[in-house]
Amino acid sequence: MNWLPTTVAARVYALMLLILALAPFIFEWIDQPFYLDLLSRALILGIAVVSLNLILGFGGMVSLGHAAYIGIGAYSVGIASYYDFYNGWLHIALALSVSAGFALLTGAISLRTRGVYFIMITMAFSQMVYFTFLSLEEYGADDGLVIYARSEFPEIISMDSSTSLYYWIFALLLASLFFVYRLVYSRFGRVIVGSRFNEPRMQALGFDTYRYRLTCYVISAMMCSLAGMLLGNFTGFISPDMIGWARSGELIFMVIIGGAATIFGPLVGTIMFVVLEEALSAITVYWHLIFGMLLVALVLFGKGGIHGWLSRLDRKGAEHE
Amino acid sequence: MNEPLLKVTALHKHFGGIAATDNVNLAVEQGQVHAIIGPNGAGKTTLIAQLSGQIRPDSGDIEFAGHSIVRYSMAQRARQGMARSFQITSVVMPMTLLENVMLAVQGSAGHSFRFWAPVSKDRTLMNAAMESLTEVGLDDRATHIAANVSHGEQRQLEVAMALAMKPRMLLLDEPMAGMGKEEGSAMVEILNRLKGKMTILLVEHDMDAVFNMADKLSVLVNGHVIATDSVANIRSNPDVQKAYLGDGHE
Repeated sequence: MNWLPTTVAARVYALMLLILALAPFIFEWIDQPFYLDLLSRALILGIAVVSLNLILGFGGMVSLGHAAYIGIGAYSVGIASYYDFYNGWLHIALALSVSAGFALLTGAISLRTRGVYFIMITMAFSQMVYFTFLSLEEYGADDGLVIYARSEFPEIISMDSSTSLYYWIFALLLASLFFVYRLVYSRFGRVIVGSRFNEPRMQALGFDTYRYRLTCYVISAMMCSLAGMLLGNFTGFISPDMIGWARSGELIFMVIIGGAATIFGPLVGTIMFVVLEEALSAITVYWHLIFGMLLVALVLFGKGGIHGWLSRLDRKGAEHE
Repeated sequence: MNEPLLKVTALHKHFGGIAATDNVNLAVEQGQVHAIIGPNGAGKTTLIAQLSGQIRPDSGDIEFAGHSIVRYSMAQRARQGMARSFQITSVVMPMTLLENVMLAVQGSAGHSFRFWAPVSKDRTLMNAAMESLTEVGLDDRATHIAANVSHGEQRQLEVAMALAMKPRMLLLDEPMAGMGKEEGSAMVEILNRLKGKMTILLVEHDMDAVFNMADKLSVLVNGHVIATDSVANIRSNPDVQKAYLGDGHE
């Protein structure tokens, strides 16, 4: 049966996807509907983190402003609904086009810089988005904006119930994972990965690395805006709080915990982050302290994140045999 | 008359008060192996960096195949058919040798805005890459990670990548740098096989290798070309002997 996953990591991920696919039924069975809420939120963030991993992990572009694209996606739903446009396709089109435009503009400037400067400039641009929404009285400013109805789609794919919304999220998550997987191993992806390790060499081979990296940045932003579109629908409420730079920092953490530049690692990192956050905050009000220490320990001792740790299990197993 | 493939006219580059490139004129004929030699600090690396587009000259012109390329970026020059290797090994270390060369093939095969089909199933890329690896004798190492092969093999990989670009000219920056005797002679063998098939501009410190290979030599001293001639004439040129081969040097 050679279609079965052979490595520990692959088995864990396959099992995880199976559980995620059945989650609504499992939670109904054990009568814990709240868990579905928690998981929905985790998977929405998962899409954002998978998109960030594309530029941060595979492309080596450490953006500290990715939460801005969550905001753009969420406000696309919120502002359109505010003017009584509930059509879901319109919301998606709006999220994708605005995020693409903003990413193209800011990416074109940011990608002229490197290293710490790139981190700072992406953060600055995202703070621009943050303060823009903070000052827009019409759309609630710092009080946020309530979204009274979910995006409207044809009956068969409606996202009105929490279960159907969950499957929307799950489907888009699967799509983004598959998309990143195909992208990374395509010609385009090879240029992106090559540029991360050795950009002068790639230029000497004839690649205008800047154009490739910018394209990658825009793709990642568009994917992330879909997470925002889902988040707006999920919470039914959006506020500038969702897009501050601290949020972007959390996204980076999730990528690193799970394992940057791997396909499934960032998703595992996200679920772990959200679950830990929830579990710890239920135990004590000082949970931030414990949480912080756990994160430090994970980064210090977990080389390559959770994915790296899972991969090492294989090697250990092989040595024993 | 045959136009030279590469023509450098009155090239100048200053770093502060130091003239790293001082009025360099150079013509590389089609199909020849042209070597630039010079003592340490003569400005060889600065010169090749200007030829490949890594740095811009202060003044002067570089013509390649009849067009001025002095304003072109590195990538544009590469696409015009100028392939370079680096003095300090510069490959994508975490990738396999095959993947590295496939990138080189990709670079010369039109744009790479292809987002879906996996390269591992791309026969055209793979076959062309294997061909180049075979040419430098690395075909049996194709699936090794670049970081794990020997220094000499990494140098050969550099040449394979340059060849995979199907260039009009090879720009080799000290291909023998840091090599042992055996590795060095393997590289000389590879270059000798290319001789006559391809225009090569070679910057080299190791003169013995160059004397055997080059059709023409230019001697660079203090950023200035003091002589360009055939190997035999360079050997007997008194200026060169004084400046480079050194009195009492050996």
